[in-house]
Amino acid sequence: MSLLDVNHLDVRFALRGGDVRALRDVCFSLDRGERLGIVGESGAGKSVAAFSLLNLIAKPGYIAGGSIRFDDQELIGLSDRKLRKVRGHRMSMIFQDPMMTLNPVLTIGEQMLECLKAHRRISSREARSISLNKLQQVQIPSPEARLDQYPHELSGGMRQRVIIAIALLLDPDIIIADEPTTALDVTIQAEIMALLLELCEKHNVGLILITHDLGVVSQVTQRMLVMYAGRVIEQGPTREIINDPQHPYTQGLINALPQMATPGSRLNQIPGSMPSLSNLPSGCAFHPRCTFVERADGSQRQACHDQVPEFVTSGNCQAACHMVAEMIESERIPAEEQD
Amino acid sequence: MDGSDPTYLMGTDAQGRDLLSTILYGARVSLIIGFGAVAMQATLGVCFGLLAGYLGGRVDAFLMRLADIQLSFSTLMVAIVVGALFKAIFGGGTFSDYAVPLLVLIIGLAEWPQYARTVRASVLAEKGKEYVDAARVMGLPSRRIMFRHILPNTLSPIFVISTVQVANAIISEAALSFLGLGMPETQPSLGSLIKSGFDYLQSGSWWITLIPGLVLVVLVLVINLLGDWLRDVLNPRLYKG
Repeated sequence: MSLLDVNHLDVRFALRGGDVRALRDVCFSLDRGERLGIVGESGAGKSVAAFSLLNLIAKPGYIAGGSIRFDDQELIGLSDRKLRKVRGHRMSMIFQDPMMTLNPVLTIGEQMLECLKAHRRISSREARSISLNKLQQVQIPSPEARLDQYPHELSGGMRQRVIIAIALLLDPDIIIADEPTTALDVTIQAEIMALLLELCEKHNVGLILITHDLGVVSQVTQRMLVMYAGRVIEQGPTREIINDPQHPYTQGLINALPQMATPGSRLNQIPGSMPSLSNLPSGCAFHPRCTFVERADGSQRQACHDQVPEFVTSGNCQAACHMVAEMIESERIPAEEQD
Repeated sequence: MDGSDPTYLMGTDAQGRDLLSTILYGARVSLIIGFGAVAMQATLGVCFGLLAGYLGGRVDAFLMRLADIQLSFSTLMVAIVVGALFKAIFGGGTFSDYAVPLLVLIIGLAEWPQYARTVRASVLAEKGKEYVDAARVMGLPSRRIMFRHILPNTLSPIFVISTVQVANAIISEAALSFLGLGMPETQPSLGSLIKSGFDYLQSGSWWITLIPGLVLVVLVLVINLLGDWLRDVLNPRLYKG
């Protein structure tokens, strides 16, 4: 039994023209101390997945079905009061933009105190010493002085450290990091990721890392999910997926990395763009952009157009693609051959 | 009534009171009512505005329609109705005893929608910011998020309208007193002083009306200028380090 088990999660947004399905049939699990990456283009449903874990989807979104079991407790349908005990305390979250995540009118110390007092009955002095300890853990220079400073007095990297300190404040079991380094510059990015990784390992905290940066995912996580148009299309151990992606979309993503292009030539890209969730293509949502489909023969092509692919397992990975299923049956063609 | 005795710098009024000291007392009453009424408006308006903006949906619709209805009655009308009812039920004597709190209540009730709307608009803008999501992710209860996290971020517009509202409340009080619905003559405010002198204006005793009138104008002007200055100070875009 994993620490977190998400099964058939279905999230919809009730819009005027009918429900838009932002997440369909999303399943994954996370063990204690495990690090999971969720990858996908903008709009694939990564952030929605993160918010729905804490049942914090803003209206008009709602969870239409599925289950989220956390430490043997079903989170969907839990009362707000009980959910608040999970939020921040057992599962905490790090957001994309450290400039926006801290309240501009409260000092760092006050914000940390708020979080501690929401979950524990402790004196202000105790809270201060816990806060100080966490700030030291995130290696912020002169932590004591930071407690009485306002967010605008800190740089972006320092703020993200503060946010990590706040996320760690109550020793959570899982930290959900929603593109934690996107707003930072590259050198700071590496520092922050290394810090996050170190702290997660040290405290045995599970990490769900949401990003579109495959480089970060491959460095930090043990397993990864690739999402496309609200579905998980490939999942498995990070190293195996990066080295030998099965799904044509994942292959496209990896090929699109600047490292994969020869210097001087154009970067590779996946043709087209993500379909609108309110108007998904039939069958496999990726088929209009898929290079496999063009080369497929009639019956296979028909399957891509008509049927939603099921997961097929190859090795430790699972991919939802008709072509992959086909290939596995007929003694897989190595992925390198396609280009 | 005397306009020439040098003991009384601004003369005396119809009851033989020294006008200068009466004005000072009157200004005090006017200011108490002005600030009291604004405190009342702000309390009601901020709470309703926060609830409407943060909770949204039906609560929002209900509170804002309530505000619309409230705004469609003028302050004077509310005051006339409430004042008349109070007088009819408790009698004129009780009315003059409770005139100050009653005026605070009336002006406070009549003007809260100004605050509610401003606060609601700011809350809607703040609600979309990530720090609110972050506060929810921390597991803080809604009440705490509203008052501790969002409210401080909406304070600068609240301060600015407060000064305007203090001036408005003082004018409302003066108008009500002038109409005989406000402070009784035994507890003069600026408005009731203006009114008490109005009867003698034709007989040449202009000072009883004119001087409190000027004081009222200056008082309101000063408060409005304070508001202007406050708006500049609180607006980071106008800040010239």
